[in-house]
Amino acid sequence: MRPDVPREYQTSAMPVTGSLTTNTIMWRVCAALLPGALLSVWFFGLGVVMNLVLVLVMATACEAACLKARGKPAMACLRDGSTVVTALILTLCMPPSMSVGILALAVCGAVVLAKHLYGGLGHNIFNPAMVGYALALVSFPDAMASWPGLDGMSGATPLTTFRYREGLSVAELWNAANGFGVLGAAGWEWVNVAYLAGGLLLWRMHLIAWRVPLAMLGTLTLLALIFYDGGSSASAGSPAYHLFSAGTMLAAFFVLTDPVTHPATRRSQLVFGALAGIVIFAVRAWGNYPDGIAFAVLLANAATPFLNRVARTHRDSHDQVTG
Amino acid sequence: MSELALILIGALLVNNFVLAQFLGLCPFMGMTRGYDTALAMGLATTFVLTLSATLCHALFHLLLVPLSLEWLRIVVFIAVVACVVQLTEIYLRSLSPLLHRLLGIYLPLITTNCAVLGVALIVIGANFTWLQTLVFAIGAAGGFTLVMVLFGAIRERLEGADVPKPFSGAPIALITAGIMSLGFLGFAGLAS
Repeated sequence: MRPDVPREYQTSAMPVTGSLTTNTIMWRVCAALLPGALLSVWFFGLGVVMNLVLVLVMATACEAACLKARGKPAMACLRDGSTVVTALILTLCMPPSMSVGILALAVCGAVVLAKHLYGGLGHNIFNPAMVGYALALVSFPDAMASWPGLDGMSGATPLTTFRYREGLSVAELWNAANGFGVLGAAGWEWVNVAYLAGGLLLWRMHLIAWRVPLAMLGTLTLLALIFYDGGSSASAGSPAYHLFSAGTMLAAFFVLTDPVTHPATRRSQLVFGALAGIVIFAVRAWGNYPDGIAFAVLLANAATPFLNRVARTHRDSHDQVTG
Repeated sequence: MSELALILIGALLVNNFVLAQFLGLCPFMGMTRGYDTALAMGLATTFVLTLSATLCHALFHLLLVPLSLEWLRIVVFIAVVACVVQLTEIYLRSLSPLLHRLLGIYLPLITTNCAVLGVALIVIGANFTWLQTLVFAIGAAGGFTLVMVLFGAIRERLEGADVPKPFSGAPIALITAGIMSLGFLGFAGLAS
């Protein structure tokens, strides 16, 4: 049992036994993120490292300040590694070489707004990294969309190019812009494969509730299949494109699986993942924003207490609290 | 048909009355301490909103326009909303005294819920047909109930959270509403 989480929100994905502390889990999550992070640096340049250093420093400073202000033991809490995971996920969503101001806004949103105002680790309703990211995204949409192309020039993300391709069919777009690879967007596809591998590792180690990513990726695939028309000019993209572009795998295995912000029972975890998948596809296919991952995570998080509540009311004997 | 679907999605999510247009905030903050009251308030408002919007629409086009009394619409609509609320109150008192007591002062306050009057006025401004009005009202009311219920459950959970003293209660609820609103921003453009 994690002492800092109310009993009814404990899931077995949390360190129930004493053998695994929050600290150990967080470092394992970091390790699982590492391949994707390294590939991000490989494809998007040293700007990613610069972001990471800045975000880590600012997040640690913010965390320490908040803990001090709240009269908690700062060193002991800092060592749990949760700040590092938040900083890492936040950085991996951000375009490289972001301005310090935008990074600071995102870090404040994540650490102060989404985490400490709610009472710190284990009490947050929303995933801190996604609150910070969404805040930066709606405040500075242009800066947040300028990813470097593979030719080294800065430009729109492949998702944006795909969304606003003005009548080109998918095959034409793939040939015209060299921002696309075999599965999805060039570079992104391998980063996503790395996140998938890391996520499967976490699954093997029983650190995540596997129903959440399964439901999210499954729903996304299903919707992409239903609306797939062979790649015409109005196509919303193939399932492979949706699965291996932008932060799909990162969100599925590392963001949505944050055990305090997803529901506790099996069935509600499936609903939770499916909800996120639906929102991601709807925003990508029909919305103004090129990607909907941050919004999907926030909305699914907002639904978590409701899903828990419904599950508690209709709990039948087979639907035990699970991970 | 697809036009009606767009109106529904638009009112339900994209232009959600609470989280995108910031209408109906008083019950949103006042009635969401618990999940059950939030749900009850959502359903009561749904009933009042749908009925009054369609009634107002009919009254406007069958009575006010022929008499060229369009300028009287705000007064007339308020009267219609008040009548519908009164009906709901009488009905609820006999059907479920417990719910009636739970909703307390907030039930008559539906009369002053700006979302209710807002829907009635928006459908006139947008020149909706009667069917479009019905769909729009259902969407608006559904969106209102949706966020009421989600927010009610979140606030129940917040009760157990270790929120810093200056932020407990209304402040953290408003911050939560802000983050939910951030999430709803993602729907922008969905219904166009």
